Amino acid sequence: MSIDLSQFFEVFFEESFEGLDTMEAELLNLVPGEEDLETINTIFRAAHSIKGGSGTFGFSSVADFTHVLETLLDQIRQGERELGTEHVNLLLKAVDCLRGLLAALQAEQDPDLTEADSLRMQFESVLGVKSDSQESISQSENQKPDSNTYQIDFKPHHHLFKTGNEPLYMIGELQELGDLETTVFYDEVPDITDLSSDECFLHWRFFLNTSRDESAIKEVFEWVEDDSDITIELCGGVFTDDDQISISKNSSDNIPQAIETETSKPVVVVPTSVKSPSNPISPAASTNKKTATTPESTSIRVGIDKVDSLINMVGELVITQAMLNQLSEQEITPATITSLQEGLAQLAHNTRDLQENVMRIRMLPINFVFSRFPRLVRDIAQKLNKQVELKLIGEQTELDKTVMEKISDPMVHLVRNSLDHGLETVEQRVLAGKDPVGTVTLNAFHQGGNIVIEIMDDGQGLNTQKIRSKAISNGLISADNSLSDDEINELIFMPGFSTMDKVSDLSGRGVGMDVVKRNIQSLNGSVEVTSAPGVGSTFTIRLPLTLAILDGQLVKVSQHTYIIPLISIVESLQIDIAKVSRVGKNLDVLRLRDEYIPILRLYDIFNHNNAIESLDKTLLVVVETDNQKVGLLVDDLLSQQQVVIKSLEANYHKVDGVSGATILGDGRVSLIVDISGLIKLSGLKKPGSQELSLEPSVALEAL
Amino acid sequence: MKKILAVDDSASMRQMVSFTLKTAGFDVTEAKDGSEALAIAKQQDFDAVISDVNMPIMDGITLIRELRTLPNYKFTPLLMLTTESGLEKKVEGKAAGATGWVVKPFNPEQLLAVIKKVIR
Repeated sequence: MSIDLSQFFEVFFEESFEGLDTMEAELLNLVPGEEDLETINTIFRAAHSIKGGSGTFGFSSVADFTHVLETLLDQIRQGERELGTEHVNLLLKAVDCLRGLLAALQAEQDPDLTEADSLRMQFESVLGVKSDSQESISQSENQKPDSNTYQIDFKPHHHLFKTGNEPLYMIGELQELGDLETTVFYDEVPDITDLSSDECFLHWRFFLNTSRDESAIKEVFEWVEDDSDITIELCGGVFTDDDQISISKNSSDNIPQAIETETSKPVVVVPTSVKSPSNPISPAASTNKKTATTPESTSIRVGIDKVDSLINMVGELVITQAMLNQLSEQEITPATITSLQEGLAQLAHNTRDLQENVMRIRMLPINFVFSRFPRLVRDIAQKLNKQVELKLIGEQTELDKTVMEKISDPMVHLVRNSLDHGLETVEQRVLAGKDPVGTVTLNAFHQGGNIVIEIMDDGQGLNTQKIRSKAISNGLISADNSLSDDEINELIFMPGFSTMDKVSDLSGRGVGMDVVKRNIQSLNGSVEVTSAPGVGSTFTIRLPLTLAILDGQLVKVSQHTYIIPLISIVESLQIDIAKVSRVGKNLDVLRLRDEYIPILRLYDIFNHNNAIESLDKTLLVVVETDNQKVGLLVDDLLSQQQVVIKSLEANYHKVDGVSGATILGDGRVSLIVDISGLIKLSGLKKPGSQELSLEPSVALEAL
Repeated sequence: MKKILAVDDSASMRQMVSFTLKTAGFDVTEAKDGSEALAIAKQQDFDAVISDVNMPIMDGITLIRELRTLPNYKFTPLLMLTTESGLEKKVEGKAAGATGWVVKPFNPEQLLAVIKKVIR
């Protein structure tokens, strides 16, 4: 029989990676000196499963390496060794290393063992042992070609059957080792009245002529050596007949059950020919190359409940469709029109439900991202010599998988910054009268159609004064600016800030924040910061739940319909011409309460010809992005609806000022306005500069 | 067809054991930990049980101990799947009523050889 083990590889890799995640998470939970046995058991079990699986499936490099960590964990588990921080550190490194080994194996590459070997040496020096992985390999290889005869006496204790062992099968195994002569003794079988079928009263003497050595015989009785008296002796090559009762040859393959034979007359069972052991198969060496899976899995696991609800919805949809179909065959009367409208309403309802549920399939708990932070925070805290507690809130909040993958890096950046620059050292905290252990909190929750992720620290907060003076010396703002603290804090997201390496020492928040912001914006999201001196800072990331669907406001510009993301819209109003003033060459600004809102003419930007003569009583949609408000001049407001976003880049090419396209109900294509792109396109400067000026507008060529 | 209950918390090992035994003509039922296995074993009889030792909720040795107290499992071969090369687990297992053990790593061949020691 040959079994292709490669069919189990995918499952093995999947559960091994899960096991490593578990190990990492539990290791991070361990507090040396206060460790909880169940936590250690969980870690041990994960390591143990990886070792068992990798050994079985032929990944010996992983099995050998896991062996040392398992040994260490076992010693800790058994209380033979106290857990120290250095052990946790080593084990965490081992987890990383195993991830690498397994990823390479999964990609069917030869893993690089340099790190594994060096870590194994560290483990061995902790354990004080040499590697014993070579020990048990060549045992069976020194078989002697010449054969010997052994006399084997096998006297099971009466309770043998209660161990689940069966002497008959052992006799069968002995037969497979060579020529066997068997004698059975029934002298201990009691009278029929005292006989218990639960017990074994027989015992045996065998003469086995075999080319195998004694260990092979011992192996047959390995499970019962404590439940029987066994002697194995080498006798000089011939059978010596002793006080055996009778010998008969029986070539039948059907060996009667020993339990039945004990009541009958002495029986000796000596089948002459026994099939040789079936062909050995190479353990997992037959690596099947057909499934060349990439390490990054492109599939997602979906709960059965989600699939079930989808199936239900599709069922509903089919019923509605049948109903509409039936109506279409009827004569049109006012009554059928009413039914038709009802049917359509139901169809709309079903479609929306279906859409929501399909989206849910791509939704995963944000814990997939959060779970990497305990490790990250621990490592950075150790490096910075700070004490940090990480709190995770809202780990079950669900988010689209594609958004999740892209938000991870910006979050890492923000968390790292919070630890590095936000939190003070233990001494500083004590001096400030704070808890020596700083806290970083990650909080995720839903708000409307968005997910909000907060990264909070209870550190020193942003140093507004220093940011301000730096921004002035950089020329980002002028010395006599009148920006609020919040507005100044926002400056850390400006590109000019991060490129100056001195800034990070001053403000502490400079490095790469513009990149963070850009990445988040590319997800149609936003990030902002609030901070209080000595109390801490909070970064708030707002993201759409999915990148595939957007809540949009349809607007009419000339003869065309554009879509403005609802999330950016602050308000829509009719322009009061008295409040409009012209700044510079051709920029109009509207005074709205205490603010001046630059007016962007969409028809101008998108090159539609019928320009609106007067601004009076025309509609302005005030939108906000990056804390900057602008007004978009439109002809009319149409409906609000969810639109399915189609990529322009994928289907056409990138167009400035437009983030994507969608297909409207009437089949026309409509463009989705990209607010920050639009501001860039119009040449408006960011806030902070004293004047807003419009540089010569860049004409949009392709559309 | 002889019935075997295969117990392991690792899905890949469980699948491998189960597949190997099925290919060899056994009727195999799977359980993912000792407590699930015990519940299944109480509902139907098996000709053999093969169980991992380290499992959450209920480990293999506890499972064997519990099974041995059931009248239907008085003589049933109960095998432990273990990577423990040391004697300790085997002794503990034997004391709980285990018939024998299979040391991981093993290949399908070795597994069948071991099964042959207890049922045919």
